[in-house]
Amino acid sequence: MNTLTKIGALATVATIALTSWASAESIKIGVSYPTPTHAWAAGMNWHAEKAEERLEALYPDVDLILVNSPDPSAQASALEDLVSVHQIDALVVLPFESEPLTDPVLNVKKSGALITVVDRGLSQPGIEDIYVAGNNPELGRVSAQYMKGRLKDGDNIVILRGIPTLIDNERFDAFMAEIEGSGINVLDHKHANWNRDDGFEVMQDFLSRFPDIDAVWAQDDDIAIGVVAALKQAGRDGNGMFVVGGAGMKETIKGIMDGNELVPVDVLYPPAMIATAMDVTVAAFKSNGPVAGRYILGATLITPENAASFYFPDSPF
Amino acid sequence: MTEITMSTAKTRKLIGFDLKTAGPAIALLILCVIGFLLNPAFLSEGNITNLLTRSAFIGIIAVGATFVITAGGIDLSVGSMAAVIAGVMIIVMNSAVGTFGTGVTTVLIGCGCSIILGLGAGLVNGLLTTKGKIEAFIVTLGTMGIYRSLVTYFADGGTLSLNYDIRGVYRPVYYDSFFGLPIPVWVFIVVAIAGWFLMNRTAFGRYCTAIGSNESVAKYSAIKVDRVKALTYVIQGLCVSLATIIYVPRLGSASSSTGVLWELEAIAAVIIGGTVLKGGYGRIGGTILGALILTTIGNILNFTDMISNYLNGTMQGLIIIIAVWLQRGDWGRNKSAD
Repeated sequence: MNTLTKIGALATVATIALTSWASAESIKIGVSYPTPTHAWAAGMNWHAEKAEERLEALYPDVDLILVNSPDPSAQASALEDLVSVHQIDALVVLPFESEPLTDPVLNVKKSGALITVVDRGLSQPGIEDIYVAGNNPELGRVSAQYMKGRLKDGDNIVILRGIPTLIDNERFDAFMAEIEGSGINVLDHKHANWNRDDGFEVMQDFLSRFPDIDAVWAQDDDIAIGVVAALKQAGRDGNGMFVVGGAGMKETIKGIMDGNELVPVDVLYPPAMIATAMDVTVAAFKSNGPVAGRYILGATLITPENAASFYFPDSPF
Repeated sequence: MTEITMSTAKTRKLIGFDLKTAGPAIALLILCVIGFLLNPAFLSEGNITNLLTRSAFIGIIAVGATFVITAGGIDLSVGSMAAVIAGVMIIVMNSAVGTFGTGVTTVLIGCGCSIILGLGAGLVNGLLTTKGKIEAFIVTLGTMGIYRSLVTYFADGGTLSLNYDIRGVYRPVYYDSFFGLPIPVWVFIVVAIAGWFLMNRTAFGRYCTAIGSNESVAKYSAIKVDRVKALTYVIQGLCVSLATIIYVPRLGSASSSTGVLWELEAIAAVIIGGTVLKGGYGRIGGTILGALILTTIGNILNFTDMISNYLNGTMQGLIIIIAVWLQRGDWGRNKSAD
């Protein structure tokens, strides 16, 4: 489903062989991630459950144990339990925060389990055997490329950023690097915290402040919803105006399939990456090919042509 | 009745112009001048309308909070309460579509449900603090967590969205104007006037002030302390439900990120406005100005790129502290009046 870019491989086949010997009857894989408190994470939770069903039906000897935790220290305890109670052979973990979970994950590794880290890297290199993540700089670059394709020299855009974090900086810096020299003016950029309400208010203020805006990079589908409401309120949603979000929210993708002109494309940062990580981890036990390495998912541009393959109507996101 | 009101009255007589009460108004005026100097578009009709409409949510909630705080209580649950009421409203309206269609009836059912929930949630907070004898801080900290997690649960961690057809019927409540002012601003005005009347012209308002000043004395003065205190939380709940009724049509959705930190903004608006956090003195007019100041700060910061985005919090913090200092500082007061 996703374009997998394999960057490097580590020799861990020996470890895998050993651990699968140790528990011949069933392969236990712990999957740990933060409790979903926002839509993207809820989508991830849904995809993890789907992947569990699918993989356990496919391989009766594989047992996937899904655990979600409300904060970093609860996640650290959950990891300890996965080792002591379930004696897992492999761990798929989306760390709450990199720093506080590095040691707990290292302890799981010492128990001999295969480690797959998803989305957020640990603060120490070399712990994980498999790394699966979305591509934040690529999300910014792909968005900027689309803008360059639609806009001409001298056109004006505004940018609504996320919560001030490394993820936001990576996306923003890559976008600015790509847009530089194109003649497109970035009027201003403000943080809208990946939130609909903030997207609405920041966009209202941009509209009062700048009489001429040709396009908006909202970076995120939730922000884009607020931006669209503000544009419609001000009656400035016509004249070729368009908004580029990001992530892959089902409503946004449905809109793209239906030919929405205001939000014509989306850039993928899929919550389904947890399913990819679970697939790869199971493959470490089942495939005859080597799987250890780094998998950086593509930030695919979702257009009306390919939207159907990213549309999950039952997912909460 | 209290030392503060008496000294205020004296000061007013002596210097004619009372900086203490005018503080928030001066702060707001200075902010507006700064906004205009940064960008004349700040005073454009569109922006002023946006500003007033945006202030309505926090403003309406803060009017309720003024009563709670004046009576010596605190309510930390309002933001989460708004989120859960918005969530339940959306669920109720979506499921009422089948029976009542996508007309005004469904919207009214949603609004009715919001008011019942608001009154109920306020009553729970009120009874737990009075009959349950638990500190308001703890009660509302608890209900804050409960309401926040309930909305996350109802939304399955994601976002609850209002049926698209009802949105069309309900949308005007936020976006339409009446005599040149958006409907949320009218609601804000009505709530503010009602609040001012209740606080300054009724026995209930005086009871709130008396209880906040000295609960034991109020009790010995035959004031039904528990009933009045519980009622302040019910009023707060009603205000939250009114704010929610005008919030939902804006984006037609609720999620766990709805209303985050509204409780702190409401409390800040109340204190900026001159109400005393430990109770005993409340000013509805000040609260309104406080809410306007808070919204204006955010608006101005969006109007300039002179200040790094990362320093937005610093600017907000500074302005809040300065606004309160303007009215609390001794510098404006005639020494002989003390």
